[in-house]
Amino acid sequence: MATYLEFIQQNEERDGVRFSWNVWPSSRLEATRMVVPLACLLTPLKERPDLPPVQYEPVLCSRPTCKAILNPLCQVDYRARLWACNFCFQRNQFPPAYAGISEVNQPAELMPQFSTIEYVIQRGPQSPLIFLYVVDTCLEEDDLQALKESLQMSLSLLPPDSLVGLITFGRMVQVHELSCEGISKSYVFRGTKDLTAKQIQDMLGLTKPAVPVQPARPAQPHEQPFVSSRFLQPVHKIDMNLTDLLGELQRDPWPVPQGKRPLRSTGVAVSIAVGLLEGTFPNTGARIMLFMGGPPTQGPGMVVGDELKVPIRSWHDIEKDNARFMKKATKHYEMLANRAAANGHCIDIYACALDQTGLLEMKCCTNLTGGYMVMGDSFNTSLFKQTFQRIFSKDFNGHFRMAFGATLEVKTSRELKIAGAIGPCVSLNVKGPCVSENELGVGGTSQWKICGLDPTSTLGIYFEVVSQHNAPIPQGGRGAVQFVTHYQHSSTQRRIRVTTVARNWADAQSQLKHIEAAFDQEAAAVLMARLGVFRAESEEGPDVLRWLDRQLIRLCQKFGQYNKEDPTSFRLSDSFSLYPQFMFHLRRSPFLQVFNNSPDESSCYRHHFARQDLTQSLIMIQPILYSYSFHGPPEPVLLDSSSILPDRILLMDTFFQIVIYLGETIAQWQKAGYQDMPEYENFKHLLQAPLDDAQEILQARFPMPRYINTEHGGSQARFLLSKVNPSQTHNNLYAWGQETGAPILTDDVSLQVFMDHLKKLGCLQRLLRADVSSRRKKALSVLCSRWSIPA
Amino acid sequence: MNVNQSAPPVPPFGQPQPVYPGYHQSSYGGQPGSTAAPTPYGAYNGPVPGYQQTPPPGMSRAPPSSGAPPASTAQAPGGQAAYGQFGQGDVQNGPSSTVQMQRLPGSQPFGSAPLVPVVSQPAVLQPYGPPPTSAQVTAQLAGMHISGAVAPVPPTSGLGYGPPTSLASASGSFPNSGLYGSYPQGQAQGHPGAQPPQRSVLPQASSFTPSASGGPRMPSMTGPLLPGQSFGGPPVSQPNHISSPPPQALTPGTQMSGPPGPPPPMHSSQQPGYQLQQNGSFGPARGPQPNYGSPYPGTATFGSQPGPPQPLPPKRLDPDAIPSPIQVIEDDRNNRGSEPFITGVRGQVPPLVTTNFLVKDQGNASPRYIRCTSYNIPCTSDMAKQAQVPLAAVIKPLARLPPEEASPYVVDHGESGPLRCNRCKAYMCPFMQFIEGGRRFQCCFCSCINDVPPQYFQHLDHTGKRVDAYDRPELSLGSYEFLATVDYCKNNKFPSPPAFIFMIDVSYNAIRSGLVRLLCEELKSLLDFLPREGGAEESAVRVGFVTYNKVLHFYNVKSSLAQPQMMVVSDVGDMFVPLLDGFLVNVNESRTVITSLLDQIPEMFADTRETETVFAPVIQAGMEALKAAECAGKLFLFHTSLPIAEAPGKLKNRDDRKLINTDKEKTLFQPQTGAYQTLAKECVAQGCCVDLFLFPNQYVDVATLSVVPQLTGGSVYKYACFQVENDQERFLSDLRRDVQKVVGFDAVMRVRTSTGIRAVDFFGAFYMSNTTDVELAGLDGDKTVTVEFKHDDRLNEESGALLQCALLYTSCAGQRRLRIHNLALNCCTQLADLYRNCETDTLINYMAKFAYRGVLNSPVKTVRDTLITQCAQILACYRKNCASPSSAGQLILPECMKLLPVYLNCVLKSDVLQPGAEVTTDDRAYVRLLVTSMDVAETNVFFYPRLLPLTKSPIENTTEPSAVRASEERLSNGDIYLLENGLNLFLWVGASVQQGVVQSLFGVSSFSQITSGLSVLPVLDNLLSKKVRGLIDGLRAQRSRYMKLIVVKQEDKLEMLFKHFLVEDKSLSGGASYVDFLCHMHKEIRQLLS
Repeated sequence: MATYLEFIQQNEERDGVRFSWNVWPSSRLEATRMVVPLACLLTPLKERPDLPPVQYEPVLCSRPTCKAILNPLCQVDYRARLWACNFCFQRNQFPPAYAGISEVNQPAELMPQFSTIEYVIQRGPQSPLIFLYVVDTCLEEDDLQALKESLQMSLSLLPPDSLVGLITFGRMVQVHELSCEGISKSYVFRGTKDLTAKQIQDMLGLTKPAVPVQPARPAQPHEQPFVSSRFLQPVHKIDMNLTDLLGELQRDPWPVPQGKRPLRSTGVAVSIAVGLLEGTFPNTGARIMLFMGGPPTQGPGMVVGDELKVPIRSWHDIEKDNARFMKKATKHYEMLANRAAANGHCIDIYACALDQTGLLEMKCCTNLTGGYMVMGDSFNTSLFKQTFQRIFSKDFNGHFRMAFGATLEVKTSRELKIAGAIGPCVSLNVKGPCVSENELGVGGTSQWKICGLDPTSTLGIYFEVVSQHNAPIPQGGRGAVQFVTHYQHSSTQRRIRVTTVARNWADAQSQLKHIEAAFDQEAAAVLMARLGVFRAESEEGPDVLRWLDRQLIRLCQKFGQYNKEDPTSFRLSDSFSLYPQFMFHLRRSPFLQVFNNSPDESSCYRHHFARQDLTQSLIMIQPILYSYSFHGPPEPVLLDSSSILPDRILLMDTFFQIVIYLGETIAQWQKAGYQDMPEYENFKHLLQAPLDDAQEILQARFPMPRYINTEHGGSQARFLLSKVNPSQTHNNLYAWGQETGAPILTDDVSLQVFMDHLKKLGCLQRLLRADVSSRRKKALSVLCSRWSIPA
Repeated sequence: MNVNQSAPPVPPFGQPQPVYPGYHQSSYGGQPGSTAAPTPYGAYNGPVPGYQQTPPPGMSRAPPSSGAPPASTAQAPGGQAAYGQFGQGDVQNGPSSTVQMQRLPGSQPFGSAPLVPVVSQPAVLQPYGPPPTSAQVTAQLAGMHISGAVAPVPPTSGLGYGPPTSLASASGSFPNSGLYGSYPQGQAQGHPGAQPPQRSVLPQASSFTPSASGGPRMPSMTGPLLPGQSFGGPPVSQPNHISSPPPQALTPGTQMSGPPGPPPPMHSSQQPGYQLQQNGSFGPARGPQPNYGSPYPGTATFGSQPGPPQPLPPKRLDPDAIPSPIQVIEDDRNNRGSEPFITGVRGQVPPLVTTNFLVKDQGNASPRYIRCTSYNIPCTSDMAKQAQVPLAAVIKPLARLPPEEASPYVVDHGESGPLRCNRCKAYMCPFMQFIEGGRRFQCCFCSCINDVPPQYFQHLDHTGKRVDAYDRPELSLGSYEFLATVDYCKNNKFPSPPAFIFMIDVSYNAIRSGLVRLLCEELKSLLDFLPREGGAEESAVRVGFVTYNKVLHFYNVKSSLAQPQMMVVSDVGDMFVPLLDGFLVNVNESRTVITSLLDQIPEMFADTRETETVFAPVIQAGMEALKAAECAGKLFLFHTSLPIAEAPGKLKNRDDRKLINTDKEKTLFQPQTGAYQTLAKECVAQGCCVDLFLFPNQYVDVATLSVVPQLTGGSVYKYACFQVENDQERFLSDLRRDVQKVVGFDAVMRVRTSTGIRAVDFFGAFYMSNTTDVELAGLDGDKTVTVEFKHDDRLNEESGALLQCALLYTSCAGQRRLRIHNLALNCCTQLADLYRNCETDTLINYMAKFAYRGVLNSPVKTVRDTLITQCAQILACYRKNCASPSSAGQLILPECMKLLPVYLNCVLKSDVLQPGAEVTTDDRAYVRLLVTSMDVAETNVFFYPRLLPLTKSPIENTTEPSAVRASEERLSNGDIYLLENGLNLFLWVGASVQQGVVQSLFGVSSFSQITSGLSVLPVLDNLLSKKVRGLIDGLRAQRSRYMKLIVVKQEDKLEMLFKHFLVEDKSLSGGASYVDFLCHMHKEIRQLLS
């Protein structure tokens, strides 16, 4: 199966696409029996240093309902200068520019290696990138200072001709006018009043004044930049001013009485930011960057009252339906997010506070618009500073790793329909023949808007096979999918990236082995996880877990090999071998478990999970554990409590945290100061090695993970202990009787137990398939309840 | 004497008069009662007796009627020779009467006729006055003239007023100007003896305005008389009379025809009546009247009527014969200006507001603080109702005092606070009675007996006074202040120093007119002159700045900033203050930032094209800012246009001239929306006073915009069509004054009275949330509150009536204080006492305010009629109850109220009550507003402007020239006049002014080169120029608002504007002339009496 692994990897590198199945079952019925849906992870803007964009526009299929783009899968009649669309089979003339086309003189888009190709659109105005800072001023002095410095620093990182704007908020919301010299001007809004977009634009003077004197015609072109320029100015023009302005920012001057939270008008501030951009630069790439140091405490979108004695909602409150403001606030931010998304603007949230800041309510702002969500303890930490800096990192071409206002369009062969997408996108509600009625994720459309994109942004796209059971394998034996991503490149160019992929059809009954072998368990795990997380947003946690379990069991039944009634004989093929383990860790992950996590943390984790690419997603599901010792070079070890040994240093990467854990002995050595003794230099090196590796990860990771350096018995060791498979717990410690490893104080089941039960159930299930009896249900529920970790 | 233009003739007349009087008197006396005659003579020496003789006069009256005819005739002959005769009641009367009679047939129909009688009576009265001294005589003469004047008037207005009957009667006596003259003379005669007493007594007695004037103000009277006489004189006494009739005849001509028949009889009958009136009028006052009566009897000579008409033609009745404000003012000035007014005595009538006098506080508040309509209050409500004289006090609690007078002492009672009566809460004052050896005191207001707290105890001396009475201001003075304790503060917290917020309209209009630049420039220096308390080195007042058009711009001018920061609030629908720290700052600390801001404001908005403005949100913002800063303060709003931008308080143009004279006219004075009242209420609660400077180019709806300033005790200034070149001086001067003046904030005023009367109504710029407390967000030294009192019980003649006005306020340094004014009034059981102690200026102040408020609810016509009716009732009551019986045709005015008709007429003619075509709705609302908080001095000059001849007296004479009466007749085309009414200042240049004068004043060579409408006199180095400019500056300094000068050339278009202020003349908008109005008034009174 090495070939499939290579194939998968090759495809991922070339097209940024990973399918759960790389050979497709040819009928709807078979497809549903496969349990894991036919789906793919698409990284639309996967970095392709080797792929220069072509400087012309794509050739479209002339059928109005199709408009697929000419691709290597199309049949071309060079003599007649015709090409046949591989989706709708329409025959199209090549445009005049393709007059010189021939077998030996093919345009790039016909070459097989260009299954992914990028076009640069020359038409249309190039609009600058826009960065609108929305800054909370209810911060501690240190935090504010750090934030100010970060913002000032960022000015030097912005593209010089990009536009920048500043909104500050506290009890009031101030929109700073940047164009003026001398007096600094700002428009001030009450933080408690919900304003409509129209009102905001009126109040900012953005509505075009009905100027009777000037005839509209000549004034028009000048009007637009003039109006907007008051609040959004090119960085190179006003960076000095803005630097000063930021430098002069003061903490919110309104007194905060004892026992109260500062009044923070975050809801209005975001509303104004959205309204401002909406009025001035609709459908232009823009980034609203919200920096907040606490929860919104007044006005629309408030998450908690200003009485400190009333704590912010917890999962417990939410379950008890005791979160007073949650629904209203969520609605407010959803409305804003949708408006921003409709205009192609993305919203980032940088929340730095020790307590929760309301990310749960505000998550849609980032999730629907493709913005970033960063959660930290303080603006005065490297976590924030580095993360923020990394947003402005550049690629090998010197371009910012960000794209804006993208629309992703998916076209499929007739045998496939689109069920939905999960990722930082919103539906554009484009119905078409290739849209399925069954929805998975955000469905009912063949196009999505992704307002903010970076090279790692990844969507899960789910398909449905629609060909009937008895239908023959389609002509050509391959099904094709085309992904067309229109977006605004950070160089302000409009670009279109087209990826066309095809996979073989196979008859599931006769060719199950092929299909099985072409299973991409990593992709499948992530895609299933996304589905689970997507459900978890709207459903009760246990329900989701049950659903996941059921899917897993069904999969095992479908593809497991075993002797009847003999769980010990249960085997899964290589292509499925890791999948149950992923599921095990997924069930324990913070994406599905809210225990020990605040609602904000859960929101933040889920946010990242829904947009990271496959590799990162897998790390999130199943953290990586490296072990360092004198016994040999660093090696990855099982994420298991048995790996926690006294003479090891462990490095765990959970994506969100990097934990360095010194085993008991190592910690004692370190305390004894051996590393400082020349004769123990090797010990020093040993200590240094994980630090270096951690640095490497830290350097590459976005957002910056929390970096934890701890040791055996340290309070922070909990980060490690909560992740590892509890193969040894206080319950079985003596039973196992092993000396190695560290027991975990938990009632959670270990992977071993999990697998045992799974095997049992797998077999059992098979037996009971005929009569779906109450027995089965009972067994399942027992299993589930046992697995389920009490909240 | 000098007062009147007719100075030259005076002397002769004056001289003859005295002589005549004597003669006449004798003769008259003979007629009426020989006794009377003799008395007069004696009277010279001992005027008093003469007065006393009144009864005899009555006698004489009767005789006159019968005897009159002969007398008149007889007089006529002799009268010719000596005008004096005319002066003598007999002769003149005779002739006049005769003349009138004659005319009557024809002329009587004139309204003049009745007027005449009126006049004649006055004339008669005058006589009383005059007789005593020659001066008096002349004065009387003046009175007479007045009557004469009346006669002429009738023709014009007479018709209108002109109830034929009254006319007839009136004409009978009055028609003849001569008659008037004669009356005076007659009076003179009678008075000679009586006058002296009259002087003292007369004021009261001389219900007759003219006579009264004559009596008390002999000198002035003489002046006028002379002219009058002169008129009469030329023709012959009779002729004079005759002469006067002719004019009547002329105008009334047509009317004449009708009336002729009836008049004769009327006259005859009436004439006697007149006489009676005269008598009556005097009667109440003194004996002299009778004398007059006798002269009138002379009028009986009416019989000779036929004759008079013929001779009369040339002559018009002389307005000089009717009571002259100028004369009255002049007299009071001369009589009372020299000595300080000592307030120790209860119920003392202070000198007129036009008189310069010093006040010594000896237990009652200075008239600068409180002035009453009457200083003698009827004991019972029945009396008060009968008299219809409004009982009101005009209170100016923070009035500025001349430097010679000390401002009220501040008393600090420490933590216990001021001592008050437990029951009525009145503050300790000199009238509180200490008893039981000083252990207790009895409240002078409610009679409650209170314990004296130990720390306040003091022994009493043998008179029952506290030994320390003179050491404690609250026991010895009429006005003083207490330091308030924390109990008197809002929220039980001592207030922080107040703040001033400047809120500047920066819309297109404001920028274009140059206002913003000018204002910003001025503010830079003006901020150094914020009001400060006592000797404080720097003002405690903090300042803030806001500019606005459709949105508001707040400025952060914190001292730590390098540059000011602007914060725009566009949510005008829901105004709030965007910043706390740095908005209100100490001027000195933030000077550089403020200067920078003021430099930049004009630049920032230089290119603005925003024409729409908001208004209510601006006030709201200021108020919220003060609320946030937890202090009181004042907003200075500079606003240009009707606020039509979408916002609360948005207004529409509703100016509709068609509403004038309809029932809906009142809506023009009412605010368009209730929003401003609500806003004002909030402002008052916060102690936020709003001063509004308006710079409209068109209708801005002053009536609505001024609601908040009005209710918060603020001021409104209006500069129509503001242009920097023309109006800079005026605006800046007003602004400086307004910013610098001392203001009290967050004030509550309460007027307590002794049992029996009660303050029931309040007029002025303030807000009241209940019926007793006047709440003022701000109160400055120019603001006046007029309070009306009503009886709710009997008053005691012995204890009198007490007023205590307590004002709790925050000083401009943030100190909470109580200012107390006390005033004790007399009470009377005789109506005569009431009428003897009235103050017409104050009365007019009250009536004007009453009427101006009335227009909010009633049609203007109703308001006018009410005024007239009330005035008639007052005078009729006097006539009925205080004047000795006399002919119904006689107009008798109480001495104290003899100017009531002329002033009332001015009120009736004012822009609010009778607008001319050129008066805009805004102007009317504006004037209405101004008058509402004017004090007595301001209303006085506002309604009866001062007209000063500039070139009459020698240039070297540095004293202010004597005013002349506001009538076109008084203008000579060879002179230059200055006219001021407290708001406007005109320089009228006669067409034939000497070239030299033109040159030295205007720097141009001829009259035609003078720019009409010029507002600044060139600075020329010559005596005349200096003097005139000095005079103008002096006048401006007297007024609370800068008066813009307008140079008006005779016969120029602008002259119309000027003539509007000649209030004794008939106005273009239909206002009656003085004479006409007097006739009308007389008619009204007669109707009431019959």
